[in-house]
Amino acid sequence: MTSQTVGPRPSIMRRILPQLVILIVALALNVAVFPEFFQIDFRNGRLFGNLIDVLNRGAPVALLCIGMTLVIATKGIDLSVGAVMAIAGAVAASVVVEGHGWGMALLAALAAGGLCGLWNGFLVAVLRIQPIVATLVLMVAGRGIAQLVTEGKILTFDNAGLIHLGAGTVAGLPTPILIWLALGALVTCVVRKTALGMLIEAIGINERSSRLAGINSRVLLVCVYLVSGLCAALAGVIVAADIKGADANNAGLWLELDAILAVVIGGNSLLGGRFSIVASLIGALIIQSINSVILLSGLPPEFNLVIKALLILGILVIQSPRIGTYIYMLKASGPQPQPDAPPIRSTKEETAR
Amino acid sequence: MIRSTHLPLLITLATFVLAYALCASAYPAMLSLRVVANLLTDNAFLGIAAVGMTFVILSGGIDLSIGSVIAFTGVFLAVILRDTSLHPLAAFALVLLLTTGFGTVMGATIHYLEMPPFIVTLAGMFLARGAAYVLSTESVPITHEFYDTLQGLYWKIDGARFRLIGGLMVLTFIVGILVAHRTRFGQNVYALGGGEQAAKLMGVPVARTTIGIYAVSGGLAGLSGIVFSLYTSAGYSLATVGVELEAIAAVVIGGTLLTGGYGFVGGTLFGILIMGLIQTYIVFDGTLSSWWTKIVIGGLLFAFILLQKGLTWAAKKRAAQARMRTATGSAALS
Repeated sequence: MTSQTVGPRPSIMRRILPQLVILIVALALNVAVFPEFFQIDFRNGRLFGNLIDVLNRGAPVALLCIGMTLVIATKGIDLSVGAVMAIAGAVAASVVVEGHGWGMALLAALAAGGLCGLWNGFLVAVLRIQPIVATLVLMVAGRGIAQLVTEGKILTFDNAGLIHLGAGTVAGLPTPILIWLALGALVTCVVRKTALGMLIEAIGINERSSRLAGINSRVLLVCVYLVSGLCAALAGVIVAADIKGADANNAGLWLELDAILAVVIGGNSLLGGRFSIVASLIGALIIQSINSVILLSGLPPEFNLVIKALLILGILVIQSPRIGTYIYMLKASGPQPQPDAPPIRSTKEETAR
Repeated sequence: MIRSTHLPLLITLATFVLAYALCASAYPAMLSLRVVANLLTDNAFLGIAAVGMTFVILSGGIDLSIGSVIAFTGVFLAVILRDTSLHPLAAFALVLLLTTGFGTVMGATIHYLEMPPFIVTLAGMFLARGAAYVLSTESVPITHEFYDTLQGLYWKIDGARFRLIGGLMVLTFIVGILVAHRTRFGQNVYALGGGEQAAKLMGVPVARTTIGIYAVSGGLAGLSGIVFSLYTSAGYSLATVGVELEAIAAVVIGGTLLTGGYGFVGGTLFGILIMGLIQTYIVFDGTLSSWWTKIVIGGLLFAFILLQKGLTWAAKKRAAQARMRTATGSAALS
């Protein structure tokens, strides 16, 4: 696998083709149940339409999955993002309620998220605790901390600047869309225009050998969790700004799972290694499009979870190493082996460490 | 001599005794039997689910679906008892069959498709919670005279009521301890947690054991759901959100290594009791807010994970030293 990352990369289109196809199918389903799906109006200086809604409502998961993709690429996982969202929302709200400006609130929320990310990174990189367990600590305690900040209430606020981040528009587009697009582009550029992305993949494929090759895996791991924390903080501020209040109990509830799902749908292996942020973002949009199909089709929202679960199972079965081996064998008998070879399954001992 | 594998269990016990002593010194009323009885009753459903989780974690896996399965069981029982004339006992049998089957399917998926347990049980969590939603989104009360009889069963000492569900939890723990330490299945679970490759080479039936573990976890989650419905007299699809995390926390605080292979079912009981004690203390105090529970449990979780880390690190260092000694010894001989 390493030889493939060093050599010329296969074109990005080829990498994200399966995800694009699924997205198009999901959007086509939307059109099937609601023919005016693609109609976009311009009213009161803002774009309106179902497509815009999908992009807008998908913002929290899209933001989370940017950081989550990097974490999963290092063979880690960050379960705490939902709780970090709650903390960041609570911090932003309490700063604004105390009379500071929205810039201050955003900075404070980002600082809180960054601190949470550093904590996770410290546990994983320095204390060498398994990522699932390390981030579980903050997942359990995080909501308690958020409630501590809001003192158990739902903190409501009326700061125009902060609300603008979640519910406002810039040049006709809702701000959350611009934020996740910009952050996605920025992080993609940073990891792909430098060697950073390759180094992260190297850690995910085999941390020990990457360290022997001279990669400072410790610092990189901390950075990856830091980015995840910052993304979660941004998502938390957007969610809080959208409802004009910080709800420590429900903000970001279950979103860590949606974010992991988006990354998995994006074709990134949970065993680490090669990753694509663009594909994860498309995965986030797929999830949101499916939510929108269920809503628009008039199916009771109760079915949402069942459909989502069946979808994950289907995708997982396709991605499972065992099935992947069969597909690989089939393809290998053809003229050219695919670069999308199944991830080499590592032994259990390695995963545990 | 205390072996290092027993050390986490001993520390858990010491923590429990210390915590109880602290609580009792602040509020002498906490020494009463009534508090003990309530501790058992209030944590019964969590304890039963945690026994299943202990087996899963001992084998090196994880089961995120149990909270949803508990909620599903409650809703299923409530809907069945409302819409049909089925006797509760028959409904219990039916739901246990369903949840055990659910666990079996998850175990089979994990084993035969070689998928990480984390992601399979995550999908199972969505599925079970979704199935509960589909059955009913509202809280369905359970009114059946048999439920009243069961809820009315208790053993009274000094005004303290040891209820049926608390007893059921203790019984589950006893059976769990026996299965873990006295049966072939239990040995296989430990072997699997020690390393799948090694277990396979030793002749452990990996497929049967893996599927069995998740079936047990699913079945116990079903039993826990029955107990929860007895405890609340209702089925609600939004109930018991996050119970899987509490169960994992209890297992870890109980001294079981999250990497699998080391731990005791009995330790989990004390993990549950420590968590229950924290909640009881907060209720007694009255001025502390409920969110402190989460923070304290998170802190405890962290402390025990650190402890585990330190112990494995020390064990590894000792093994390395021993290897060095034999290496130098054999070098000197040759």
